[in-house]
Amino acid sequence: MATTKASGGPAIATTPATLSYQYLAFGALVAFFLVAPFFIYPVFLMKALCFGLFASAFNLLVGYVGLLSFGHAIFLGSAGYATAHAAKVWGFPPELAILVGTAAAGALGALIGAIAIRRQGIYFAMTTLALAQMLYFFALQAPFTGGEDGIQAVPRGTMFGVLDLGQTMTMYWVVLGIFLGGFLLVYRTIHSPMGQVLKAIRENEPRAVSLGYKVDQYKLVAFVLSAALSGLAGGTKALVFQLASLTDVHWTMSGEVVLMTLLGGLGTVFGPVVGAFVMVTLEHYLAQLGAWVTIVQGIIFVICVLTFRRGIVGELARILKKPL
Amino acid sequence: MFGIPPQALFGQLLLGLINGAFYAMLSLGLAVIFGLLNIINFAHGAQYMMGAFAAWFLLTHAGLGYWWALILAPLAVGLLGILLERTMLRRLYHLDHLYGLLLTFGLALVIQGLFQNQYGSSGQPYLIPAELQGGRNLGFMVLPNYRAWVVVLSLAVCLATWYVIERTKLGAYLRAATENPTLVRAFGVNVPRMITLTYGFGVGLAALAGVLAAPIYQVSPLMGADLIIVVFAVVVIGGMGSIMGAIVTGFALGLVEGLTKVFYPEASKTVIFVIMAVVLLLKPAGLFGRAS
Repeated sequence: MATTKASGGPAIATTPATLSYQYLAFGALVAFFLVAPFFIYPVFLMKALCFGLFASAFNLLVGYVGLLSFGHAIFLGSAGYATAHAAKVWGFPPELAILVGTAAAGALGALIGAIAIRRQGIYFAMTTLALAQMLYFFALQAPFTGGEDGIQAVPRGTMFGVLDLGQTMTMYWVVLGIFLGGFLLVYRTIHSPMGQVLKAIRENEPRAVSLGYKVDQYKLVAFVLSAALSGLAGGTKALVFQLASLTDVHWTMSGEVVLMTLLGGLGTVFGPVVGAFVMVTLEHYLAQLGAWVTIVQGIIFVICVLTFRRGIVGELARILKKPL
Repeated sequence: MFGIPPQALFGQLLLGLINGAFYAMLSLGLAVIFGLLNIINFAHGAQYMMGAFAAWFLLTHAGLGYWWALILAPLAVGLLGILLERTMLRRLYHLDHLYGLLLTFGLALVIQGLFQNQYGSSGQPYLIPAELQGGRNLGFMVLPNYRAWVVVLSLAVCLATWYVIERTKLGAYLRAATENPTLVRAFGVNVPRMITLTYGFGVGLAALAGVLAAPIYQVSPLMGADLIIVVFAVVVIGGMGSIMGAIVTGFALGLVEGLTKVFYPEASKTVIFVIMAVVLLLKPAGLFGRAS
């Protein structure tokens, strides 16, 4: 996918000067989330953090490898089920439960990725969507997922035996820690030698093949990493809300994460987090209006695609002439 | 056979054939649009739903029955499609294909949301037209007239579309324009108008499927939302290379789904996706697709 053609030129070389800009932005991000819970409802912020990590993981795939997965909700949702099941039925402590969820999403990612990367472009998008829909029906019918009710009253537990997650603020700091860990992993991957190969695949796949890179392997590794990080977000979210439900595996959620990323800025480091924050805020305030949420989301989609393809952070980066 | 009463078997096979007819018409419309516009029309499910609603609307507000709806609904929805192509889709042709998918996805959300606001999520009933009520006894099963009509009409529409595209001069222009629009324009063919009309036609096909579906399923805002994903799977299985591929795969997968409902009902909703995974592993370009 030629995202860069639409989002403002090829990736700018990360010289020390441009990197310092990103450190500045990262500092601002951390500062915001350190101060925010004292002014904003922490549960709302935790939701934004979970979706921010989810969108960042998704963006790793679409923004840097050019693979538009339209079934990413399945990783968020299945990790939620796995985490909830581990915590509630097996009585696992939260850190292990989240690990189970992340591993489950990673394994699913390996399976779906291996099948889907056999097709490219639109076919890849349709394949991931269809495979995710198959797993949605599985989640609907399987005995341990609780059908329409989902898994409710998931215990948050005590992390490492010391952190009582029942307390909202403790939970918040843990979620923030998980978010930052995941976000930095995405950042590290993008700026690693592997990240450079991924970008090369996005820009010109045949050339990457002719340079001797095993393109399919790189794509699969990126897909699994993205799925696992989405799972990390989903498992954490299940503990925050003490609930794993069908909403998180339905394809509308896959559409939402595309929208978050598109709105924030495809292929930007901070875009997905900003996009997720904006979307969660919108949904929070539009929640009473029923189907209007969908309409507003659809309109934002149309506007983004027609006139605003760089997204919020992408436009900001263009104005500042710095990669963000 | 295998302890399954023939009544149930043939009943499910007929149901599968009808679902197959809808899969075929919808994936055919997608294939026609994709062929010339290179856009995956995610709004196809919403346009199918609009066709059904148009039929319902014509009956309840204008007193025009099924036969009028069969002509007017696809025309009206097709015109809306043309408007859409002129104002929005046209701006995306120079971009990556995926932006077309994203735009039509957004449009589908808007359309479905608007209908949900207006009519709620429960369905509106639409009666089978008087001429097609009842059924005939074939000896081994009772064949409802309306269902037979749906299968026959959709087969006829599919084959007519295939004939026009693959066997006529107009179709030759269309196929040439997908290969090299600049060259075809140089011959004096108005390619942009052809693209617009093609989109309108594809959307009209979806709406026609919606009118046919109205008396069978309830007319509801979300009737196309989950169907479109199955149709995407059908498209991936068939490969978008050929028109005939879309038709054959559509009907065949409907039948497979019907058979699964008889022998292993739990898997009936997922069997098409499983087939898709297997086909992708064995033949990544799809059954009828050309490897790119």
